[in-house]
Amino acid sequence: MGLLSYFRSARPKSAQVAKERLQILVAHERQMRDAPSYLPQMQRELLAVIRKYVHVNDDAISIQMEQDDNHEILEVNIVLPEEGAGRLKTPELRGN
Amino acid sequence: MARIIVVTSGKGGVGKTTTAASLAMGLALRGNRTAVIDFDVGLRNLDLIMGCERRVVYDFVNVINQEAHLRQALIRDKRCDDLYILPASQTRDKDALTKEGVGRVLEELSEDFDYVICDSPAGIEKGAFLAMYYADDAIVVSNPEVSSVRDADRMVGILSSKSRRAELGEEPIKEHLLLTRYDPKRVERGEMLSVDDVLEILALPLLGVIPESQAVLNASNEGVPVILDEKSNAGQAYRDAVARYLGEDLPQRFIRPERKGLIGRLFGG
Ligand SMILES: Nc1ncnc2c1ncn2[C@@H]1O[C@H](COP(=O)(O)OP(=O)(O)OP(=O)(O)O)[C@@H](O)[C@H]1O
Ligand SMILES: [Mg+2]
Repeated sequence: MGLLSYFRSARPKSAQVAKERLQILVAHERQMRDAPSYLPQMQRELLAVIRKYVHVNDDAISIQMEQDDNHEILEVNIVLPEEGAGRLKTPELRGN
Repeated sequence: MARIIVVTSGKGGVGKTTTAASLAMGLALRGNRTAVIDFDVGLRNLDLIMGCERRVVYDFVNVINQEAHLRQALIRDKRCDDLYILPASQTRDKDALTKEGVGRVLEELSEDFDYVICDSPAGIEKGAFLAMYYADDAIVVSNPEVSSVRDADRMVGILSSKSRRAELGEEPIKEHLLLTRYDPKRVERGEMLSVDDVLEILALPLLGVIPESQAVLNASNEGVPVILDEKSNAGQAYRDAVARYLGEDLPQRFIRPERKGLIGRLFGG
């Protein structure tokens, strides 16, 4: 493979990037569209509760509502920081 | 009973008015009695694109407020007897449109016309809402570009949840995707989303692909819907789209770069 074609193929074409970004975004927005209207508020409140104990970023929590014929499943995913990196000390030891 | 078609997009400037004008002309040229309404109250433009801006006396808001009869406000196209334009008001804002008022005008038009085309304003506010509310068909216009595709998907969500048909639990609005300003050369170079990319994301039936074309600006300069420019790619693509809307099965013609012959390459650049 020549140097030129190496550089050409190294970076994905911008249309490919656009497509992948859109696929993720549109899937997410469709899910939110069908979700109950309390979901965003619930997500914010859950985040606030979690933050009393652990330092997490805004995007560390994701909530999904899935529905089939019989039941709805609420899936909450929380990505915790690595040990030591962001965890607060146990509440009793936290100064005041 | 007329079929009510909304031309919508969410994002602004993607080619809704260009499309509404050509679609209306195309349907009328095939002998369908067609009316096209400008819902962009405060920013009317359809009259310019149709070339009837100097013949506007009354407008859509006048009819809704019962300050004028529908037949006084409708402008008959000079090129095609079956085509009428209902212009938007230039001096009012979108709040001048009401759900009941729009419903009444559409009902009255339905008695006399085969197709009523609603040229939606951009956005998802009142004007865009009312343009799609009573629709039977929706032509979702999108460009092969991220924000336009995202907004198109958003508009699809609105069509399926907020329209009259959705509210009444009737058969949903029939949706069609029209991909406009398509540049096959850039697609080939990997710089622009392809038709297939967009279809994979939006999953809507494809009504047509309108190429990026200088003929569109020329046509709007002259107040002639581009569909009347039979020599142009864009004009032909709109003709195909109209035929497909009416049920004909035609292949897509303008989705690959034109290959110029040697002479064309030497002199055309
Ligand atoms: N196929 C095309 N090729 C080249 N230019 C185009 C094409 N389609 C539309 N345009 C240009 O894009 C611009 C916007 O078009 P148009 O007014 O139809 O969009 P719109 O969606 O109605 O905009 P708005 O949201 O403001 O109502 C115009 O300048 C028009 O000439
Ligand atoms: Mg417009």
